[in-house]
Amino acid sequence: MLEVANLEVVYNEVILVLRGLSIEVPDGQIVALLGANGAGKTTTTRAITGLLDVHEGKITKGTVTLAGERIENLEPSQIVRSGITQVMEGRRVFAELTVDENLVTGGITNTDRVSISEAHDRVMTMFPVLADRRTATAGYLSGGEQQMLAIGRALMSNPKLLILDEPSLGLAPKLVAQIRDTIVEINQSGTSVLLIEQNANMALSIADYGYIMETGKIVMDGEAAKLLKDEDVQEFYLGLHGDGGDRKSFREVKHYKRRKRWLS
Amino acid sequence: MSGLPLVLAANALDTFVQTLFKALALGSLYALLALGFVLIYKATQTINFAQGALALAGTWFLSIIFMDWEIPGRWIGGPGWVHWFIALLLAATATAVLGLIVERLTIRPMIGEPLFSMAVITLGLEVVIRVVAFDAVNTTPRILGIPWGAETFKIGGAMVAWSYIAAIGMAGVAFLGTWRFFKTRTGVAMRATAFDQEAALAQGINVGRVFAIAWAAGAALAAISGIFASMPPWGPAGLASRDGAFFAFRALPAVILGGLDSVVGALIGGLIIGFAEVFAGQYLASYTGVIGTGYQQVVPYVVMLVGLLVRPYGIFGTAEVRRV
Repeated sequence: MLEVANLEVVYNEVILVLRGLSIEVPDGQIVALLGANGAGKTTTTRAITGLLDVHEGKITKGTVTLAGERIENLEPSQIVRSGITQVMEGRRVFAELTVDENLVTGGITNTDRVSISEAHDRVMTMFPVLADRRTATAGYLSGGEQQMLAIGRALMSNPKLLILDEPSLGLAPKLVAQIRDTIVEINQSGTSVLLIEQNANMALSIADYGYIMETGKIVMDGEAAKLLKDEDVQEFYLGLHGDGGDRKSFREVKHYKRRKRWLS
Repeated sequence: MSGLPLVLAANALDTFVQTLFKALALGSLYALLALGFVLIYKATQTINFAQGALALAGTWFLSIIFMDWEIPGRWIGGPGWVHWFIALLLAATATAVLGLIVERLTIRPMIGEPLFSMAVITLGLEVVIRVVAFDAVNTTPRILGIPWGAETFKIGGAMVAWSYIAAIGMAGVAFLGTWRFFKTRTGVAMRATAFDQEAALAQGINVGRVFAIAWAAGAALAAISGIFASMPPWGPAGLASRDGAFFAFRALPAVILGGLDSVVGALIGGLIIGFAEVFAGQYLASYTGVIGTGYQQVVPYVVMLVGLLVRPYGIFGTAEVRRV
Protein backbone atom coordinates (compact mmCIF):
# COMPACT_ATOMS: atom_id res chain seq x y z
CA MET A 1 0.00 0.00 0.00
CA LEU A 2 1.16 3.48 -0.83
CA GLU A 3 0.57 6.08 1.82
CA VAL A 4 1.13 9.77 1.35
CA ALA A 5 0.76 11.55 4.66
CA ASN A 6 0.50 15.24 5.28
CA LEU A 7 2.75 16.08 2.35
CA GLU A 8 3.96 19.61 1.80
CA VAL A 9 5.92 20.56 -1.32
CA VAL A 10 7.59 23.86 -2.05
CA TYR A 11 9.01 24.95 -5.41
CA ASN A 12 12.00 27.27 -5.56
CA GLU A 13 11.79 27.58 -1.79
CA VAL A 14 8.83 29.95 -2.02
CA ILE A 15 5.87 28.52 -3.88
CA LEU A 16 3.84 26.19 -1.70
CA VAL A 17 2.09 23.73 -4.01
CA LEU A 18 1.04 20.85 -1.79
CA ARG A 19 -0.26 21.77 1.62
CA GLY A 20 -0.74 18.73 3.77
CA LEU A 21 -1.85 16.23 1.16
CA SER A 22 -2.81 12.75 2.33
CA ILE A 23 -3.86 9.87 0.10
CA GLU A 24 -3.75 6.10 0.23
CA VAL A 25 -3.55 3.56 -2.53
CA PRO A 26 -4.37 0.12 -1.11
CA ASP A 27 -2.89 -2.94 -2.84
CA GLY A 28 -4.82 -4.13 -5.84
CA GLN A 29 -7.07 -1.10 -6.12
CA ILE A 30 -7.54 1.68 -8.62
CA VAL A 31 -7.55 5.05 -6.91
CA ALA A 32 -8.48 8.20 -8.81
CA LEU A 33 -7.00 11.58 -8.01
CA LEU A 34 -9.06 14.34 -9.58
CA GLY A 35 -8.60 18.05 -9.74
CA ALA A 36 -8.50 21.07 -12.00
CA ASN A 37 -5.38 22.52 -13.60
CA GLY A 38 -2.90 23.73 -11.03
CA ALA A 39 -4.40 21.76 -8.18
CA GLY A 40 -1.08 19.99 -7.68
CA LYS A 41 -1.79 16.60 -9.23
CA THR A 42 1.44 16.38 -11.20
CA THR A 43 3.42 17.67 -8.23
CA THR A 44 1.97 14.80 -6.22
CA THR A 45 3.28 12.38 -8.84
CA ARG A 46 6.70 14.00 -8.80
CA ALA A 47 6.84 13.83 -5.03
CA ILE A 48 6.02 10.13 -5.04
CA THR A 49 8.46 9.24 -7.84
CA GLY A 50 11.38 11.40 -6.71
CA LEU A 51 11.35 13.82 -9.62
CA LEU A 52 10.89 17.02 -7.62
CA ASP A 53 14.62 17.75 -7.82
CA VAL A 54 14.42 18.28 -11.57
CA HIS A 55 11.92 21.09 -10.97
CA GLU A 56 13.62 22.70 -7.98
CA GLY A 57 10.92 21.31 -5.73
CA LYS A 58 11.34 20.01 -2.22
CA ILE A 59 9.29 18.04 0.29
CA THR A 60 9.23 20.19 3.40
CA LYS A 61 6.85 18.11 5.47
CA GLY A 62 5.14 14.76 5.50
CA THR A 63 6.02 11.26 4.37
CA VAL A 64 5.60 8.88 1.48
CA THR A 65 5.56 5.20 2.43
CA LEU A 66 5.37 2.13 0.25
CA ALA A 67 4.58 -1.10 2.11
CA GLY A 68 5.82 0.45 5.32
CA GLU A 69 9.11 1.75 3.91
CA ARG A 70 9.76 5.48 3.70
CA ILE A 71 10.60 6.37 0.12
CA GLU A 72 10.45 10.16 -0.05
CA ASN A 73 14.21 10.58 0.09
CA LEU A 74 15.14 7.91 -2.45
CA GLU A 75 16.59 8.49 -5.91
CA PRO A 76 14.15 8.07 -8.83
CA SER A 77 15.88 4.85 -9.90
CA GLN A 78 15.57 3.40 -6.40
CA ILE A 79 11.89 4.25 -6.33
CA VAL A 80 11.38 2.45 -9.64
CA ARG A 81 13.21 -0.53 -8.17
CA SER A 82 11.00 -0.45 -5.11
CA GLY A 83 7.98 -0.97 -7.37
CA ILE A 84 6.51 2.38 -8.38
CA THR A 85 6.53 3.45 -12.02
CA GLN A 86 4.75 6.34 -13.62
CA VAL A 87 3.36 7.14 -17.02
CA MET A 88 4.19 10.79 -17.32
CA GLU A 89 1.80 13.48 -18.40
CA GLY A 90 2.10 14.13 -22.12
CA ARG A 91 3.40 10.56 -22.73
CA ARG A 92 7.04 11.60 -23.00
CA VAL A 93 8.09 8.69 -25.18
CA PHE A 94 11.67 8.84 -26.43
CA ALA A 95 10.75 10.04 -29.91
CA GLU A 96 14.13 9.30 -31.48
CA LEU A 97 14.23 5.73 -30.24
CA THR A 98 12.33 2.81 -31.73
CA VAL A 99 9.34 1.22 -30.00
CA ASP A 100 11.49 -1.67 -28.79
CA GLU A 101 14.22 0.64 -27.55
CA ASN A 102 11.65 2.63 -25.60
CA LEU A 103 10.61 -0.61 -23.95
CA VAL A 104 14.24 -1.37 -23.16
CA THR A 105 14.51 1.88 -21.22
CA GLY A 106 11.39 0.93 -19.27
CA GLY A 107 13.01 -2.32 -18.21
CA ILE A 108 16.35 -0.75 -17.37
CA THR A 109 16.05 -1.46 -13.65
CA ASN A 110 15.30 -5.09 -14.37
CA THR A 111 18.45 -7.15 -14.77
CA ASP A 112 16.86 -10.54 -15.26
CA ARG A 113 16.73 -11.45 -18.94
CA VAL A 114 13.86 -13.90 -18.60
CA SER A 115 11.70 -11.48 -16.69
CA ILE A 116 12.44 -8.73 -19.22
CA SER A 117 11.37 -10.89 -22.13
CA GLU A 118 8.23 -11.94 -20.25
CA ALA A 119 7.37 -8.31 -19.60
CA HIS A 120 8.03 -7.54 -23.27
CA ASP A 121 5.73 -10.37 -24.39
CA ARG A 122 3.04 -9.12 -22.06
CA VAL A 123 3.23 -5.61 -23.51
CA MET A 124 3.09 -6.98 -27.04
CA THR A 125 -0.02 -9.04 -26.23
CA MET A 126 -1.66 -6.11 -24.50
CA PHE A 127 -0.94 -3.72 -27.37
CA PRO A 128 -0.96 -5.55 -30.71
CA VAL A 129 -0.51 -2.18 -32.44
CA LEU A 130 2.94 -1.94 -30.94
CA ALA A 131 3.80 -5.50 -31.89
CA ASP A 132 3.36 -4.50 -35.53
CA ARG A 133 5.62 -1.50 -35.19
CA ARG A 134 8.48 -2.68 -33.02
CA THR A 135 11.20 -1.11 -35.13
CA ALA A 136 9.29 2.10 -35.90
CA THR A 137 10.62 5.39 -34.55
CA ALA A 138 8.41 6.29 -31.61
CA GLY A 139 8.12 9.93 -32.68
CA TYR A 140 6.14 8.89 -35.75
CA LEU A 141 3.49 6.94 -33.87
CA SER A 142 0.04 8.46 -33.45
CA GLY A 143 -0.96 10.03 -30.13
CA GLY A 144 -2.90 6.96 -29.06
CA GLU A 145 -0.08 4.61 -30.00
CA GLN A 146 2.39 6.80 -28.10
CA GLN A 147 0.19 6.61 -25.02
CA MET A 148 0.12 2.83 -25.32
CA LEU A 149 3.89 2.81 -25.71
CA ALA A 150 4.24 4.99 -22.62
CA ILE A 151 2.07 2.60 -20.62
CA GLY A 152 3.89 -0.41 -22.05
CA ARG A 153 7.23 1.16 -21.19
CA ALA A 154 6.11 1.65 -17.59
CA LEU A 155 4.96 -1.96 -17.38
CA MET A 156 8.42 -3.21 -18.37
CA SER A 157 9.62 -2.70 -14.80
CA ASN A 158 6.83 -4.96 -13.45
CA PRO A 159 5.56 -2.28 -11.07
CA LYS A 160 3.52 -3.01 -7.98
CA LEU A 161 1.99 0.43 -8.32
CA LEU A 162 1.45 2.22 -11.60
CA ILE A 163 0.83 5.96 -11.56
CA LEU A 164 -0.83 7.36 -14.66
CA ASP A 165 -0.79 11.12 -15.07
CA GLU A 166 -3.64 12.22 -17.36
CA PRO A 167 -3.49 9.27 -19.75
CA SER A 168 -6.63 10.44 -21.56
CA LEU A 169 -5.29 13.91 -22.31
CA GLY A 170 -5.67 14.83 -25.97
CA LEU A 171 -7.06 11.50 -27.08
CA ALA A 172 -10.24 10.79 -29.05
CA PRO A 173 -13.15 9.27 -27.06
CA LYS A 174 -12.67 5.88 -28.64
CA LEU A 175 -9.03 5.83 -27.59
CA VAL A 176 -9.92 7.03 -24.11
CA ALA A 177 -12.22 4.03 -23.78
CA GLN A 178 -9.40 1.78 -24.93
CA ILE A 179 -6.95 3.24 -22.44
CA ARG A 180 -9.57 2.81 -19.73
CA ASP A 181 -9.96 -0.87 -20.56
CA THR A 182 -6.19 -1.25 -20.52
CA ILE A 183 -5.99 0.25 -17.04
CA VAL A 184 -8.61 -2.20 -15.80
CA GLU A 185 -6.70 -5.06 -17.40
CA ILE A 186 -3.45 -3.98 -15.76
CA ASN A 187 -5.17 -3.69 -12.41
CA GLN A 188 -6.74 -7.13 -12.75
CA SER A 189 -3.31 -8.64 -13.20
CA GLY A 190 -2.44 -7.42 -9.70
CA THR A 191 -0.97 -3.96 -10.15
CA SER A 192 -2.39 -1.14 -8.02
CA VAL A 193 -3.15 2.01 -9.97
CA LEU A 194 -3.10 5.65 -9.02
CA LEU A 195 -5.00 7.34 -11.80
CA ILE A 196 -4.59 11.09 -12.04
CA GLU A 197 -7.20 12.65 -14.28
CA GLN A 198 -9.21 15.66 -15.25
CA ASN A 199 -11.60 13.34 -17.02
CA ALA A 200 -13.55 12.55 -13.85
CA ASN A 201 -16.13 10.45 -15.60
CA MET A 202 -13.62 8.05 -17.05
CA ALA A 203 -11.54 7.87 -13.90
CA LEU A 204 -14.41 7.32 -11.47
CA SER A 205 -16.04 4.76 -13.73
CA ILE A 206 -13.20 2.32 -13.11
CA ALA A 207 -11.80 3.45 -9.76
CA ASP A 208 -12.48 1.90 -6.39
CA TYR A 209 -11.87 5.08 -4.52
CA GLY A 210 -11.50 8.72 -5.45
CA TYR A 211 -9.88 11.86 -4.12
CA ILE A 212 -10.65 15.38 -5.23
CA MET A 213 -7.92 17.89 -4.93
CA GLU A 214 -7.94 21.66 -4.97
CA THR A 215 -5.03 24.05 -4.42
CA GLY A 216 -2.77 21.44 -2.90
CA LYS A 217 -5.21 19.71 -0.59
CA ILE A 218 -7.75 16.93 -0.68
CA VAL A 219 -11.14 18.58 -0.41
CA MET A 220 -13.28 15.51 -0.82
CA ASP A 221 -12.84 11.76 -0.96
CA GLY A 222 -14.94 8.65 -0.99
CA GLU A 223 -15.88 5.50 -2.84
CA ALA A 224 -15.80 6.16 -6.56
CA ALA A 225 -19.43 5.12 -7.03
CA LYS A 226 -20.53 7.58 -4.36
CA LEU A 227 -18.46 10.40 -5.83
CA LEU A 228 -19.99 9.78 -9.24
CA LYS A 229 -23.43 10.34 -7.75
CA ASP A 230 -22.43 13.33 -5.67
CA GLU A 231 -24.19 16.46 -6.84
CA ASP A 232 -21.22 18.76 -6.49
CA VAL A 233 -18.93 16.41 -8.33
CA GLN A 234 -21.49 16.02 -11.08
CA GLU A 235 -21.90 19.71 -11.44
CA PHE A 236 -18.29 20.72 -11.23
CA TYR A 237 -16.51 17.83 -12.94
CA LEU A 238 -19.07 16.27 -15.18
CA GLY A 239 -20.87 19.44 -16.22
CA LEU A 240 -24.24 17.95 -15.38
CA HIS A 241 -27.23 19.35 -13.56
CA GLY A 242 -28.07 17.60 -10.37
CA ASP A 243 -31.56 16.74 -11.55
CA GLY A 244 -31.97 16.14 -15.22
CA GLY A 245 -28.53 15.31 -16.54
CA ASP A 246 -28.56 17.99 -19.22
CA ARG A 247 -25.24 19.57 -19.97
CA LYS A 248 -24.70 22.95 -18.47
CA SER A 249 -23.38 25.73 -20.60
CA PHE A 250 -19.76 26.69 -20.09
CA ARG A 251 -20.78 30.14 -19.03
CA GLU A 252 -22.81 28.88 -16.13
CA VAL A 253 -20.03 26.54 -15.10
CA LYS A 254 -17.68 29.46 -14.88
CA HIS A 255 -20.19 31.37 -12.84
CA TYR A 256 -20.58 28.40 -10.57
CA LYS A 257 -16.84 28.15 -10.18
CA ARG A 258 -16.59 31.73 -9.05
CA ARG A 259 -19.40 31.29 -6.61
CA LYS A 260 -18.37 28.09 -4.93
CA ARG A 261 -15.08 26.52 -3.99
CA TRP A 262 -14.58 23.02 -2.76
CA LEU A 263 -14.33 22.97 0.96
CA SER A 264 -14.19 20.00 3.20
CA MET B 1 49.86 21.70 -39.88
CA SER B 2 50.05 21.43 -43.59
CA GLY B 3 50.22 17.63 -43.90
CA LEU B 4 52.81 15.91 -46.00
CA PRO B 5 54.76 18.18 -48.27
CA LEU B 6 53.40 17.89 -51.72
CA VAL B 7 55.18 14.87 -53.08
CA LEU B 8 55.03 15.00 -56.80
CA ALA B 9 53.58 11.83 -58.17
CA ALA B 10 54.34 10.58 -61.61
CA ASN B 11 50.95 11.24 -63.16
CA ALA B 12 47.53 12.68 -62.51
CA LEU B 13 46.00 9.37 -61.41
CA ASP B 14 48.74 8.72 -58.87
CA THR B 15 48.35 12.23 -57.56
CA PHE B 16 44.64 11.66 -57.20
CA VAL B 17 45.04 8.32 -55.37
CA GLN B 18 47.63 9.86 -53.10
CA THR B 19 45.36 12.82 -52.33
CA LEU B 20 42.42 10.49 -51.79
CA PHE B 21 44.22 8.53 -49.09
CA LYS B 22 45.49 11.67 -47.50
CA ALA B 23 41.96 13.12 -47.44
CA LEU B 24 40.42 9.91 -46.11
CA ALA B 25 43.01 9.77 -43.36
CA LEU B 26 42.66 13.38 -42.30
CA GLY B 27 38.88 13.02 -42.51
CA SER B 28 39.06 9.94 -40.27
CA LEU B 29 41.12 11.88 -37.80
CA TYR B 30 38.60 14.71 -37.73
CA ALA B 31 35.79 12.20 -37.44
CA LEU B 32 37.48 10.57 -34.41
CA LEU B 33 37.90 13.95 -32.75
CA ALA B 34 34.32 14.88 -33.63
CA LEU B 35 33.01 11.62 -32.15
CA GLY B 36 34.48 12.57 -28.78
CA PHE B 37 32.63 15.88 -28.86
CA VAL B 38 29.39 14.24 -29.99
CA LEU B 39 29.35 11.55 -27.28
CA ILE B 40 29.67 14.11 -24.52
CA TYR B 41 27.26 16.51 -26.19
CA LYS B 42 24.64 13.81 -26.64
CA ALA B 43 24.65 12.92 -22.97
CA THR B 44 25.11 16.32 -21.37
CA GLN B 45 24.14 18.86 -24.09
CA THR B 46 27.47 20.53 -23.50
CA ILE B 47 30.32 21.09 -25.91
CA ASN B 48 33.32 19.86 -24.01
CA PHE B 49 35.97 22.45 -24.69
CA ALA B 50 38.45 20.40 -22.68
CA GLN B 51 38.71 17.74 -25.42
CA GLY B 52 41.99 19.20 -26.69
CA ALA B 53 43.52 19.24 -23.25
CA LEU B 54 42.38 15.65 -22.68
CA ALA B 55 43.94 14.73 -26.02
CA LEU B 56 47.24 16.19 -24.90
CA ALA B 57 46.97 14.34 -21.59
CA GLY B 58 46.38 11.14 -23.57
CA THR B 59 49.53 11.55 -25.67
CA TRP B 60 51.48 12.27 -22.51
CA PHE B 61 50.11 9.11 -20.86
CA LEU B 62 51.14 7.06 -23.91
CA SER B 63 54.64 8.46 -23.87
CA ILE B 64 55.01 7.68 -20.15
CA ILE B 65 53.50 4.21 -20.40
CA PHE B 66 55.17 3.07 -23.60
CA MET B 67 58.53 4.85 -23.61
CA ASP B 68 59.36 5.48 -19.94
CA TRP B 69 57.79 2.50 -18.24
CA GLU B 70 58.16 0.16 -21.24
CA ILE B 71 54.74 -1.29 -20.66
CA PRO B 72 53.85 -3.87 -21.87
CA GLY B 73 57.21 -4.62 -23.54
CA ARG B 74 58.92 -5.43 -20.26
CA TRP B 75 56.59 -8.36 -19.65
CA ILE B 76 55.70 -9.83 -22.99
CA GLY B 77 57.38 -10.55 -26.28
CA GLY B 78 55.91 -10.35 -29.75
CA PRO B 79 55.96 -7.66 -32.39
CA GLY B 80 56.48 -4.05 -31.41
CA TRP B 81 53.26 -2.77 -32.94
CA VAL B 82 51.20 -5.09 -30.73
CA HIS B 83 52.95 -3.58 -27.71
CA TRP B 84 52.20 -0.15 -29.00
CA PHE B 85 48.50 -0.82 -29.45
CA ILE B 86 48.28 -2.29 -25.95
CA ALA B 87 49.97 0.84 -24.62
CA LEU B 88 47.53 2.93 -26.68
CA LEU B 89 44.61 1.19 -24.99
CA LEU B 90 46.18 1.73 -21.58
CA ALA B 91 46.72 5.41 -22.33
CA ALA B 92 43.12 5.73 -23.49
CA THR B 93 41.98 4.01 -20.28
CA ALA B 94 44.08 6.35 -18.17
CA THR B 95 42.56 9.33 -19.96
CA ALA B 96 39.09 7.84 -19.47
CA VAL B 97 39.79 7.68 -15.74
CA LEU B 98 40.91 11.29 -15.86
CA GLY B 99 37.66 12.12 -17.66
CA LEU B 100 35.68 10.29 -14.96
CA ILE B 101 37.39 12.22 -12.19
CA VAL B 102 36.83 15.52 -13.97
CA GLU B 103 33.16 14.67 -14.57
CA ARG B 104 32.60 13.65 -10.97
CA LEU B 105 34.22 16.75 -9.54
CA THR B 106 33.05 19.46 -11.88
CA ILE B 107 30.20 18.32 -14.10
CA ARG B 108 28.04 16.12 -11.85
CA PRO B 109 27.29 18.92 -9.39
CA MET B 110 26.12 21.00 -12.34
CA ILE B 111 23.35 18.64 -13.46
CA GLY B 112 20.22 20.71 -13.93
CA GLU B 113 22.10 24.02 -13.92
CA PRO B 114 22.20 26.19 -17.05
CA LEU B 115 24.05 24.53 -19.92
CA PHE B 116 25.99 27.68 -20.57
CA SER B 117 27.61 27.46 -17.14
CA MET B 118 28.58 23.89 -17.87
CA ALA B 119 30.19 24.87 -21.16
CA VAL B 120 32.16 27.61 -19.44
CA ILE B 121 33.30 25.12 -16.80
CA THR B 122 34.70 22.91 -19.56
CA LEU B 123 36.53 25.96 -20.91
CA GLY B 124 38.06 26.45 -17.48
CA LEU B 125 38.94 22.78 -17.34
CA GLU B 126 40.61 23.10 -20.69
CA VAL B 127 42.93 25.75 -19.32
CA VAL B 128 43.67 23.81 -16.13
CA ILE B 129 44.33 20.46 -17.79
CA ARG B 130 46.34 22.11 -20.56
CA VAL B 131 48.57 24.01 -18.14
CA VAL B 132 49.18 20.89 -16.05
CA ALA B 133 49.82 18.82 -19.17
CA PHE B 134 52.11 21.53 -20.57
CA ASP B 135 54.05 21.37 -17.38
CA ALA B 136 54.28 17.61 -17.63
CA VAL B 137 55.28 17.64 -21.29
CA ASN B 138 57.50 20.63 -20.74
CA THR B 139 59.38 22.32 -23.53
CA THR B 140 60.98 19.15 -24.81
CA PRO B 141 58.45 17.16 -26.78
CA ARG B 142 58.15 13.52 -25.70
CA ILE B 143 58.54 10.60 -28.08
CA LEU B 144 55.45 8.44 -28.66
CA GLY B 145 57.28 5.50 -30.26
CA ILE B 146 54.89 5.14 -33.16
CA PRO B 147 55.88 1.80 -34.68
CA TRP B 148 55.53 2.73 -38.34
CA GLY B 149 57.06 6.15 -37.93
CA ALA B 150 56.89 8.06 -41.16
CA GLU B 151 57.11 5.00 -43.40
CA THR B 152 55.15 4.82 -46.59
CA PHE B 153 54.24 2.25 -49.18
CA LYS B 154 53.28 2.52 -52.81
CA ILE B 155 50.04 1.86 -54.59
CA GLY B 156 51.03 2.11 -58.22
CA GLY B 157 52.98 5.32 -58.25
CA ALA B 158 51.15 6.83 -55.29
CA MET B 159 52.89 7.16 -51.95
CA VAL B 160 50.69 6.24 -49.00
CA ALA B 161 51.79 6.67 -45.39
CA TRP B 162 51.10 3.81 -42.99
CA SER B 163 49.71 6.40 -40.61
CA TYR B 164 46.90 6.98 -43.11
CA ILE B 165 45.92 3.35 -43.01
CA ALA B 166 46.16 3.29 -39.22
CA ALA B 167 43.97 6.38 -38.83
CA ILE B 168 41.35 5.09 -41.27
CA GLY B 169 41.33 1.73 -39.51
CA MET B 170 41.10 3.29 -36.06
CA ALA B 171 38.20 5.51 -37.09
CA GLY B 172 36.44 2.49 -38.57
CA VAL B 173 36.84 0.55 -35.33
CA ALA B 174 35.72 3.48 -33.19
CA PHE B 175 32.60 4.17 -35.22
CA LEU B 176 31.60 0.53 -35.50
CA GLY B 177 32.14 0.18 -31.76
CA THR B 178 30.03 3.25 -30.99
CA TRP B 179 27.28 2.09 -33.30
CA ARG B 180 27.21 -1.32 -31.62
CA PHE B 181 27.32 0.26 -28.19
CA PHE B 182 24.28 2.40 -28.90
CA LYS B 183 22.27 -0.76 -29.48
CA THR B 184 23.10 -2.18 -26.06
CA ARG B 185 21.00 -1.54 -22.96
CA THR B 186 23.45 1.03 -21.62
CA GLY B 187 23.67 2.65 -25.05
CA VAL B 188 19.89 2.90 -25.34
CA ALA B 189 19.74 4.38 -21.83
CA MET B 190 22.30 6.93 -22.93
CA ARG B 191 20.32 7.94 -26.01
CA ALA B 192 17.14 8.12 -23.94
CA THR B 193 18.86 10.41 -21.45
CA ALA B 194 20.09 12.59 -24.27
CA PHE B 195 16.56 12.93 -25.56
CA ASP B 196 14.64 13.59 -22.33
CA GLN B 197 16.45 13.58 -19.03
CA GLU B 198 13.39 13.71 -16.82
CA ALA B 199 11.62 10.92 -18.66
CA ALA B 200 14.84 8.91 -18.42
CA LEU B 201 14.90 9.44 -14.67
CA ALA B 202 11.28 8.34 -14.50
CA GLN B 203 12.22 5.00 -16.11
CA GLY B 204 14.81 4.46 -13.41
CA ILE B 205 17.81 5.26 -15.62
CA ASN B 206 20.77 6.33 -13.53
CA VAL B 207 21.49 9.60 -15.27
CA GLY B 208 24.66 10.24 -13.28
CA ARG B 209 26.07 6.96 -14.54
CA VAL B 210 25.19 7.88 -18.10
CA PHE B 211 27.09 11.15 -17.73
CA ALA B 212 30.10 9.28 -16.37
CA ILE B 213 30.12 6.78 -19.23
CA ALA B 214 29.85 9.57 -21.79
CA TRP B 215 32.76 11.45 -20.27
CA ALA B 216 34.92 8.36 -19.99
CA ALA B 217 34.24 7.43 -23.61
CA GLY B 218 34.72 11.01 -24.78
CA ALA B 219 38.03 11.31 -22.94
CA ALA B 220 39.27 7.97 -24.29
CA LEU B 221 38.41 9.09 -27.82
CA ALA B 222 40.17 12.40 -27.24
CA ALA B 223 43.28 10.48 -26.18
CA ILE B 224 43.20 8.19 -29.20
CA SER B 225 42.60 10.98 -31.67
CA GLY B 226 45.25 13.11 -29.98
CA ILE B 227 47.77 10.31 -30.34
CA PHE B 228 46.89 9.67 -33.98
CA ALA B 229 47.00 13.38 -34.70
CA SER B 230 50.59 13.38 -33.44
CA MET B 231 51.68 10.89 -36.08
CA PRO B 232 54.28 11.92 -38.62
CA PRO B 233 52.32 13.32 -41.54
CA TRP B 234 50.10 15.50 -39.35
CA GLY B 235 51.66 16.03 -35.98
CA PRO B 236 55.09 17.08 -34.89
CA ALA B 237 56.71 13.82 -36.03
CA GLY B 238 55.34 11.44 -33.44
CA LEU B 239 55.92 13.55 -30.41
CA ALA B 240 53.68 14.60 -27.59
CA SER B 241 54.01 18.31 -27.80
CA ARG B 242 52.01 21.32 -26.79
CA ASP B 243 50.47 21.62 -30.24
CA GLY B 244 48.37 18.57 -29.47
CA ALA B 245 46.13 20.61 -27.21
CA PHE B 246 44.93 22.79 -30.03
CA PHE B 247 44.37 20.19 -32.68
CA ALA B 248 41.01 19.15 -31.23
CA PHE B 249 39.50 22.50 -32.07
CA ARG B 250 40.20 21.91 -35.73
CA ALA B 251 37.53 19.22 -35.60
CA LEU B 252 34.88 21.73 -34.52
CA PRO B 253 33.84 22.56 -38.10
CA ALA B 254 33.33 18.84 -38.64
CA VAL B 255 31.20 18.54 -35.49
CA ILE B 256 29.10 21.56 -36.29
CA LEU B 257 28.68 20.64 -39.94
CA GLY B 258 27.73 17.04 -39.17
CA GLY B 259 25.38 17.96 -36.35
CA LEU B 260 26.37 18.14 -32.70
CA ASP B 261 24.21 15.25 -31.62
CA SER B 262 24.80 12.83 -34.44
CA VAL B 263 27.36 10.05 -34.57
CA VAL B 264 26.82 9.59 -38.30
CA GLY B 265 27.17 13.36 -38.59
CA ALA B 266 30.58 13.22 -36.89
CA LEU B 267 31.74 10.65 -39.44
CA ILE B 268 30.36 12.40 -42.52
CA GLY B 269 31.25 15.87 -41.24
CA GLY B 270 34.81 14.74 -40.49
CA LEU B 271 35.21 13.22 -43.92
CA ILE B 272 33.77 16.24 -45.73
CA ILE B 273 36.04 18.63 -43.87
CA GLY B 274 39.05 16.37 -44.37
CA PHE B 275 38.36 16.04 -48.09
CA ALA B 276 37.75 19.76 -48.50
CA GLU B 277 40.96 20.66 -46.76
CA VAL B 278 43.20 18.14 -48.51
CA PHE B 279 41.75 18.47 -51.99
CA ALA B 280 41.80 22.25 -51.79
CA GLY B 281 45.41 22.05 -50.64
CA GLN B 282 46.33 19.79 -53.51
CA TYR B 283 44.41 21.21 -56.41
CA LEU B 284 44.33 24.91 -55.65
CA ALA B 285 48.06 25.00 -54.97
CA SER B 286 48.83 26.57 -58.31
CA TYR B 287 46.66 29.57 -57.51
CA THR B 288 48.52 30.71 -54.43
CA GLY B 289 49.41 33.85 -56.32
CA VAL B 290 45.74 34.81 -56.21
CA ILE B 291 44.41 33.27 -53.00
CA GLY B 292 47.58 33.32 -50.94
CA THR B 293 49.02 30.50 -48.85
CA GLY B 294 47.43 28.78 -45.90
CA TYR B 295 44.01 28.92 -47.53
CA GLN B 296 43.42 25.19 -46.91
CA GLN B 297 43.09 25.98 -43.21
CA VAL B 298 40.23 28.32 -44.07
CA VAL B 299 38.43 25.90 -46.37
CA PRO B 300 36.89 23.81 -43.53
CA TYR B 301 35.27 26.91 -42.08
CA VAL B 302 33.92 28.02 -45.44
CA VAL B 303 32.44 24.56 -45.98
CA MET B 304 30.95 24.66 -42.49
CA LEU B 305 29.39 28.09 -43.06
CA VAL B 306 27.85 27.09 -46.34
CA GLY B 307 26.59 23.85 -44.79
CA LEU B 308 25.00 25.68 -41.89
CA LEU B 309 23.25 28.13 -44.19
CA VAL B 310 21.49 25.21 -45.79
CA ARG B 311 20.97 23.10 -42.66
CA PRO B 312 21.22 25.09 -39.42
CA TYR B 313 21.26 21.97 -37.23
CA GLY B 314 24.03 20.36 -39.24
CA ILE B 315 23.63 17.71 -41.88
CA PHE B 316 22.52 14.98 -39.50
CA GLY B 317 21.65 17.05 -36.47
CA THR B 318 18.10 16.47 -35.35
CA ALA B 319 15.96 19.55 -35.17
CA GLU B 320 13.39 17.46 -33.34
CA VAL B 321 11.32 14.50 -34.34
CA ARG B 322 7.86 15.43 -33.24
CA ARG B 323 4.55 14.40 -34.59
CA VAL B 324 2.10 17.25 -34.70
